[in-house]
Amino acid sequence: METYTMSNFNNEELEKRFQEKIDKEIKIEPNDWMPDAYRKNLIRQISQHAHSEVVGMLPEGNWITRAPNLRRKAVLLAKVQDEAGHGLYLYSACETLGADREQTIDDMHDGKAKYSSIFNYPAVTWADMGAIGWLVDGAAIMNQVALCRTSYGPYARAMVKICKEESFHQRQGFEILTTLCKGTEQQKAMAQDALNRFWWPSLMMFGPSDSDSPHSAQSIKWKIKRFTNDELRQQFVDAAAPQADILGLTIPDANLKWNEARQHYDFSEINWDEFWQVLEGNGPCNKERIAARKAAKENGQWVREAATTYAEKRALRKTA
Amino acid sequence: MQETLFQYLLRLGDDSLILGQRLSEWCGHGPILEEDIALTNISLDLIGQATSILKYASEIENKGRDEDKLAFMRFENEYLNTLLVEQPNGHFGDTILRQFFFDAFRKPLYERLTQSKDKQLSAIAEKSLKETRYHLKHSSEWVIRLGDGTEESHDKIQKSVENLMRYTSELFYEDKVDLDLQQKGLVCSLKDVKQEWDKTVRAVFHEATLKFPDNNWSFDGGRQGRHSEHMGYILADMQYMQRAYPNMKW
Repeated sequence: METYTMSNFNNEELEKRFQEKIDKEIKIEPNDWMPDAYRKNLIRQISQHAHSEVVGMLPEGNWITRAPNLRRKAVLLAKVQDEAGHGLYLYSACETLGADREQTIDDMHDGKAKYSSIFNYPAVTWADMGAIGWLVDGAAIMNQVALCRTSYGPYARAMVKICKEESFHQRQGFEILTTLCKGTEQQKAMAQDALNRFWWPSLMMFGPSDSDSPHSAQSIKWKIKRFTNDELRQQFVDAAAPQADILGLTIPDANLKWNEARQHYDFSEINWDEFWQVLEGNGPCNKERIAARKAAKENGQWVREAATTYAEKRALRKTA
Repeated sequence: MQETLFQYLLRLGDDSLILGQRLSEWCGHGPILEEDIALTNISLDLIGQATSILKYASEIENKGRDEDKLAFMRFENEYLNTLLVEQPNGHFGDTILRQFFFDAFRKPLYERLTQSKDKQLSAIAEKSLKETRYHLKHSSEWVIRLGDGTEESHDKIQKSVENLMRYTSELFYEDKVDLDLQQKGLVCSLKDVKQEWDKTVRAVFHEATLKFPDNNWSFDGGRQGRHSEHMGYILADMQYMQRAYPNMKW
């Protein structure tokens, strides 16, 4: 086994060895040397991912009390709970890079760290629980399956577990919509309406177009990302289009068409103005989502303090 | 139909259903992510218990109302849960104390119901008991942490005690429904359950440095379908889909 410490090499040599490991598909582990920019990039991406899981609990959590039957209520509860669990693994993965969980959360509350913009759209009907599972979790899986092979070990391992649960979530979303589409006209209309509202925001989940993606090239070189935003977006459209046919729903894009030559679906340009506006905080629910998360943290302050104080008292009593 | 068994199962099932419904309101708003998960987990267990109990109630009633019809399509005065479980979540301490009072009642109750001559009821109790043991451990530990934590947390949860204690005696309410089933060996007396509840609450309060309120006036009504003002809003949420879109499959 090769042993070397940082002091034996200059930065250039360390970076060279680091890139060699990446090229050989050797995972980077928490105690390994890594460039500062790699660490920062990962902290940004993983914490953003963790915040997305936690903020993502809100639009669906909003429907738990109104779920239409006991089975749906239980499944939705379990699903949203999985998302909280994903948030926990991801914050832990982030901590292995030296980030402080509470600090990253405060950064989100202050608008310095992002979360997935999709959760800034409102969940207004029960069919949205289906559309979120099918499209939003479906889009997330496209990203996350690729991340199971990401170069940073703890992130890759967290993603393997998360992916298993996400694919279950996607199936439950699709099943909600299948039930609606086999139901009454009113139910089918509810499903179509949800697709109309969630389709474009779901495509936006893959981020800016490659030409406008500031972190993409370096992330690909470091194998943090394996595919570009546009590649993943195309994969998603290719998977979702036939699924919409199975449901008997129409994707709200007149230009959506199979292209025999490309062996891919063609689709219209995303409304990038809307994308950037929502990202900047001007989406329909940005303020509500952040306010809800801030309130949870602030209202829980006394609870966390009590737990810490009690633990200290107990430790003192034990030593006394 | 065995009318008294049906009534008993509604009381048992509605307690789980309404408390599960209440706890689920916390989802996404817990004081820390770990507690968000814990509260929704308990909610999920309670919804699961409600489902098994109401399913059995539906079989006993045998009128074609399945567990969902029972859960979502009754009128307010047909729900037989205690007033305690419908109380608002308030702050985390209010929720935890409500949960503790309930768990400290449910654990000894399920322990005894595992001995029921009714095989179905005893099987439900057996499965639910395992979950309830965890719930009680979780809620007791938090009552102690908050009671013996900071001055602020102590004051807050002491106030919760003063607000919620008056709803606890109803947990042990007994009438001809209970007495009939007790004679048949299907259910236990709640007097023993009350003794064990007292013991648990006293022990936890002692460790949490909490005091029992001076005023021991108490309310009941839930077991006969007389509810607080909160109940209508709980049902407005819970029944929304079934009322707005009747007779559809979801």
